[in-house]
Amino acid sequence: MLKIDNLHVAYGGIQALRGISLEVPDGKIVTLIGANGAGKSTTLRTITGLVKAASGSVTLDGQELLGQPIDKIVSAGIAMSPEGRRVFPDMTVLENLKIGAYLRKDKAEIEKDIQWVYSLFPRLEERSWQLAGTLSGGEQQMLAVGRALMSRPKLMMLDEPSLGLAPLVVQDIFKIIREINRQGVTVLLIEQNANMALKIADLAYVLETGTITMSGTGAELLADERVKEAYLGKQNK
Amino acid sequence: MSLLPYMINGISVGGQYALIAIGYTLVYGILRLINFAHGDVFMVAGLVMVYATASMPIYLALPLAILVTVVLGFTIERVAYKPLRTAPRMSLMISAIGVSYLIQNLAFYITGGVPQPVSNPIPWISDQVTVLGASTKRVTLLTPVLTIVLVFLLVYIINHTKIGMAMRAAAKDFETAQLMGIKINAVISMTFVIGSFLAAVGAMLYFTNYPSVAITSGGMPGLKAFVAAVFGGIGSIPGAVVGAFIIGLCEEVIKGLGYTTFSDAFTFALLIVVLCVRPTGLFGEKVTDKV
Repeated sequence: MLKIDNLHVAYGGIQALRGISLEVPDGKIVTLIGANGAGKSTTLRTITGLVKAASGSVTLDGQELLGQPIDKIVSAGIAMSPEGRRVFPDMTVLENLKIGAYLRKDKAEIEKDIQWVYSLFPRLEERSWQLAGTLSGGEQQMLAVGRALMSRPKLMMLDEPSLGLAPLVVQDIFKIIREINRQGVTVLLIEQNANMALKIADLAYVLETGTITMSGTGAELLADERVKEAYLGKQNK
Repeated sequence: MSLLPYMINGISVGGQYALIAIGYTLVYGILRLINFAHGDVFMVAGLVMVYATASMPIYLALPLAILVTVVLGFTIERVAYKPLRTAPRMSLMISAIGVSYLIQNLAFYITGGVPQPVSNPIPWISDQVTVLGASTKRVTLLTPVLTIVLVFLLVYIINHTKIGMAMRAAAKDFETAQLMGIKINAVISMTFVIGSFLAAVGAMLYFTNYPSVAITSGGMPGLKAFVAAVFGGIGSIPGAVVGAFIIGLCEEVIKGLGYTTFSDAFTFALLIVVLCVRPTGLFGEKVTDKV
């Protein structure tokens, strides 16, 4: 579905990505793990068009995305739940969901999808009239995911959904990610919480200072000594 | 001596300030820029009205004046601000000051520096009427009504339409708004179009009361409206409107009490006090906290 080929990105003289290639097959959960500053966020931001690439290619079902304006990329079927959630704090939960469907014109279907998001996150329905800024961190993350779903994406990208959340909440979020995937949305997930990410991933890539150093199925990488050493900590041995 | 005519006048002046102040506050809300050229856009609207009403029937002249003003506001944004989208905010501000001078000098070139006389451009609203024993022009009564109607319309657009939602989103967070598929440049252009439209309406009401439009005519009302926007809490539309009405009313009442010399001084003293005591103004930016 999504294919990245030899992607180079640089900003301010720093090579953030040095020719990465990866593939996100249809219907799978793919994760990209790596340390701070490895280039994970840059990869997602380049796919959405927020960051301009120096060279390479990013294609979605064969259609080139690099150089397209962001709204074209969104309507091509890519949605992102950004790092730090970034919900619109002084809009209500419902308005946040509606703005996720900004490019869509099919009112009846949008209404259906709001109900769908509410069924995934019943907490959001209870709080639909509350300002998003007053939600807890976990609820804001649910809202960010729900908002991204509202564009009915083929590919859903999540940037650090576990950031700053309590372990129990993180488990909830990951359960939902699985559920969303089961309902047919392909997922590209970035995580520092490598353990959680690898457990739900069909396919995983390890990113180090702008290059992909390892790849395999989630289970393979979970068992890999080097990955254990670098990302999972000793206690997982 | 009754203060009533002054108060009626004050509300009217306040309405005119409000129409300009909304332009400042909208642009600030989305770009965090004090658009110093806004007062000059207002002046151009007055000039175009004078030229247009002199050479064509009023039902063509007024829409034309509005159109020219809106196109001017749109063009300023595209030419002078859009290329600086990622530049530091100071560059944007300097660009705004530059545009202000450019417009004034272009106006100087076109008018030859001679103030253009306003000769009853919109006859009906210049008629004398009597309210509660005070004689005044019809425009004085029309201004606050028109202002309130336009403000309600604007608030409706911002809270209940798609473009309004996009404007609110962009004002909070450019990047995330773009991730929703919002075309940020279109939204910014829209704010300049709305701001310029309101300034054009304000100019028509304002200059009807004045004998002429000079190239510097935008300066004082522009500054006063800016003070009103800061007083109300820059970035807030209700703030700008309330601030403008308060300032207009105070200025005229001060004149009514016989201290005409101090009416301008009052406004700018108020600015200093607000900036010292409550820099976020009456309705400063709402911060949503977790409960």
